[in-house]
Amino acid sequence: MERKIAMTALFAALTAALGLLPKLSLASGVPITAQTLGVMLAGAVLGARLGALSVLLFLALTALGLPLLAGGRGGLGVFMGPSVGFLLGWPLGAYVTGLVMERLRVGGVFVTATLAAVLGGIVAIYVPGIIGMAAMLDKPLPEAALLALPFIPGDLIKAICTGLVVNAIWRARPEAVASLR
Amino acid sequence: MLTLALPFRTWAHDVPAAPKLAALAAATAALFPIDDLAALSAAAAASAALHVSLGPDRRLGAAREALRMLRPFVWVLALVMGWHLATGQTAEGARVCLRLVTAVSLANLVTMTTRLDDLTSVAERLAAPLRPLGVQPRALALAAALAVRFTPVLTLRGAQLSEAWRARARRRPGWRLAAPLCLSALDDAERVAEALRARGGAAPPGRSSSPSPFPQEGGSATSPHRRP
Repeated sequence: MERKIAMTALFAALTAALGLLPKLSLASGVPITAQTLGVMLAGAVLGARLGALSVLLFLALTALGLPLLAGGRGGLGVFMGPSVGFLLGWPLGAYVTGLVMERLRVGGVFVTATLAAVLGGIVAIYVPGIIGMAAMLDKPLPEAALLALPFIPGDLIKAICTGLVVNAIWRARPEAVASLR
Repeated sequence: MLTLALPFRTWAHDVPAAPKLAALAAATAALFPIDDLAALSAAAAASAALHVSLGPDRRLGAAREALRMLRPFVWVLALVMGWHLATGQTAEGARVCLRLVTAVSLANLVTMTTRLDDLTSVAERLAAPLRPLGVQPRALALAAALAVRFTPVLTLRGAQLSEAWRARARRRPGWRLAAPLCLSALDDAERVAEALRARGGAAPPGRSSSPSPFPQEGGSATSPHRRP
């Protein structure tokens, strides 16, 4: 019980800390932050349930007004903007990432974690994200999807990072990767 | 400080948190069906007037702070407006942008003028009906406090790892810092869990499985720590 609470809280804090890392810009000029890396890692390391809980905790703290999102954003305002669907998709993304990690056994840890991060951290987040954007901007779905497209390369890089990081953790602390037990 | 609250008091601070949140929800819900450009402009102006009414403290500090909070949002607006200009729907773009600015600035207003403890107590009340689903408000509060406490710790560690990397290499650290940062978070979590168990655990008083060395609320009256 204490371990679950501590893991959930520390991964929420990790997601916040990753958002504060300086952001890179892709060749296309689209900024990418490490924040969704935190979402993918939470699911891939803690497993579906605790991963989703830790992302929910992070979002709740953000809604309460802590500036935890990349760029020091926070407060209720971010849930009124066009990216609300992506934010609400994060817990789902962590859940799916964890679920794939727990169920799928293909190749090594790197391959499994990368695949889990693509399915959870990209597919499961972009679907509600694009729906939310279409609703907030009053656009048809294909047009909203086109607006979200530039962010896919950055998220693919993050999925590969998730694979590398989970593989490194698996080698350093095999018992810590709860999703593989 | 790790908060977006204003550093001084205004009239809006005196409005209790729950009605303020309810008003925000109502205002936002009312805003989205509006399609009239004049009405939307009036709503945006009303939001601006609310910000200005927060007072002349430190030369409109509140309004300026609000603008600072909106700054990261500007490029979203630019993207949206650019898209509409490119597709020849200028009026529609103006409508969407006005609606977004009004909704976001009103929400920021609530965040700026409500203390964190008041918001947490509203959140606790809202989470209470989830108790039958297995959500324990006590565990939730503990996890929230730990996350707030450890965000600066992990941020600092990330900065230290990045400095250590730069001292050794010319290239940018990039993703390579994520693995040690994540490992250190895992190790911290183990230690925090041990410390929590050593202090009586996270179970509510009376249901703790391990005997606690500390007197609990409503515990034995003969305890030496209890005031007569």
